[in-house]
Amino acid sequence: MSRTLVSSTQLRRGRVLYWGLLTLVVVVFTLVFLGPLYWMVTGALKSGQEIAQTPPTLFPKDPQFGNYADAWNQLDLAKLLFNTVYYAAGAVLFQLVLDTSAAYALSKLRPAFGNAILGAMLATLLIPAMVLIVPQYQTVIDLPVLNLSLIDSPFAIWLPMVANAFNIFLLKRFFDSIPDEIMAAAFVDGASPLRTLWSIILPMSRPILGVVSIFAVTAVWKDFLWPLLVMPHPETRTISVGIYAFAAGTPQNVVVAASVIAALPTVIIFLIFQRNIMSGLTTGSLKG
Amino acid sequence: MALLTAPAPAPVAEAGVLKKRRKLHDDLTGHGFLIGAVICFAVFMWYPMIRGLVMSFQRTRRGVTTWVGWDNYVRIIDDPSFWIAWRNTFTFTGLALVLGFALPFVVAIVLNEFRHAKGYLRILVYLPVMLPPASALYLFKFYAYDPSEAGLFNALLTAVGLPTSEWMQSPAMTMPAMVIASTWMNMGGAVLIYLAALQNIPGELYEAAELDGAGILKRIWHVTVPQTRLILALLAMMQIVATMQLFIEPLILANGAGTQDSATSVAYLIYQHGFFQNDLNGAAALGVIMLVVLAAFSAIYLRLSTRGDS
Repeated sequence: MSRTLVSSTQLRRGRVLYWGLLTLVVVVFTLVFLGPLYWMVTGALKSGQEIAQTPPTLFPKDPQFGNYADAWNQLDLAKLLFNTVYYAAGAVLFQLVLDTSAAYALSKLRPAFGNAILGAMLATLLIPAMVLIVPQYQTVIDLPVLNLSLIDSPFAIWLPMVANAFNIFLLKRFFDSIPDEIMAAAFVDGASPLRTLWSIILPMSRPILGVVSIFAVTAVWKDFLWPLLVMPHPETRTISVGIYAFAAGTPQNVVVAASVIAALPTVIIFLIFQRNIMSGLTTGSLKG
Repeated sequence: MALLTAPAPAPVAEAGVLKKRRKLHDDLTGHGFLIGAVICFAVFMWYPMIRGLVMSFQRTRRGVTTWVGWDNYVRIIDDPSFWIAWRNTFTFTGLALVLGFALPFVVAIVLNEFRHAKGYLRILVYLPVMLPPASALYLFKFYAYDPSEAGLFNALLTAVGLPTSEWMQSPAMTMPAMVIASTWMNMGGAVLIYLAALQNIPGELYEAAELDGAGILKRIWHVTVPQTRLILALLAMMQIVATMQLFIEPLILANGAGTQDSATSVAYLIYQHGFFQNDLNGAAALGVIMLVVLAAFSAIYLRLSTRGDS
């Protein structure tokens, strides 16, 4: 390993300081980042009386598992979770099919005006999401040409998610790193562009496809304003929107219990795929 | 003779036509692969960009749309909450820049020095980023920012002998409280990007600086900062754009406007106009204003950060 700010000799001399500092940082970070999560999980187990107690208790005296059951039943979390999983799965599918083929065309087939199209796509990265929210909503309630409304239809989440310039950029850059000779060899053997994509490019691109899929799932899971607007019906809500819709008339502990359940899937995904997520995040932003 | 010479130019012409046809065929195949994504971009990005601009100069009443010039802009700017929202948004952006921009850099520098527990610390920092913001904000709203002494933060303040705060119920604390929650939720991404940037700094630079007698702080200032300047500038810009769109924090923590309008943000105002006051045209005008402000910011920022180069 190459040296960093502090040299190894200095480290050896300041061994006590190093271990002291490391312990301090580990303790502080655990308290700052895990502490609130612990507070959330255990707080939702306390009774309404115990939560209002001064000073607050570190462990719930009499764990009320009923709070989690109440959250599950009153907010119909099963339905909300199912909806969110369904939207996330569709988003992954649409992004993988349409964004991958678009990136493949831009990287390998290079049709006329390809660069202009790529430029127009990348330009959308400069427009803050909030600026477009009103005209996008107007478009979704009355699609141009088709005169269809996508309100409460999962397509209102799936199709706009395809228009993700960051993903196309990420995929295209990965495809760019695959040598053109491999493509040429496949064409000489008589493979069609689709066949080449399917049997040669995609198997080589598994890591990046994984990153794009994970990003799509977390994006759907974390999104709030867009599903709040386009999925207004109680039957079609996502989990975050569902909790928000119920928060005003529901006991605090039940709302927090529901929030814990809503957060579990993304936390589990993160703990399983943390390596892929972190590497995807840094390569996507650094080596542009 | 004629029979013998006539065919000669033909293959060339034919080859030209074939080549053209071939190129056309290839282009069509390429566009076939592109069409799905292009349609999605056209319908959900490019068209709304134009439509937002057009809408901001129109007014729709009872299904009849008319051109009204700058009326929507005038109405929006005349609204006193317009200025309150901008003041709040700038306060948030400024505070978030101090806390949310400097802190991840310091954290990344410290983490990069450790030879142990690095993976664990990295996971910890990034964990809140994975939470749905609504979930995390209810934790802050109900448990951390509970204005009574039973709240987590107030209990901690009491424990170290400091006065407690009313958090979201106090107009002065609303913004700092939102910045703390937002930084906790979002700083993980910046830390990871900085960590990757720090790993690209050649060790010889530190070696040389050390031989020249530079202490740790001097090494940070003369080696670490210049070496990561580009990424620092980029993240500062991204941070400004992200924080200017402040929306879910006021919506959940402050029920929208907050105590005495202390939480109203520009994005929240867009939401209010567009979806509660039946004023989509006003909301579109606000969106255009926001875009112009952000563009101006970016232009000034680019000017300032490139001037340092020459």
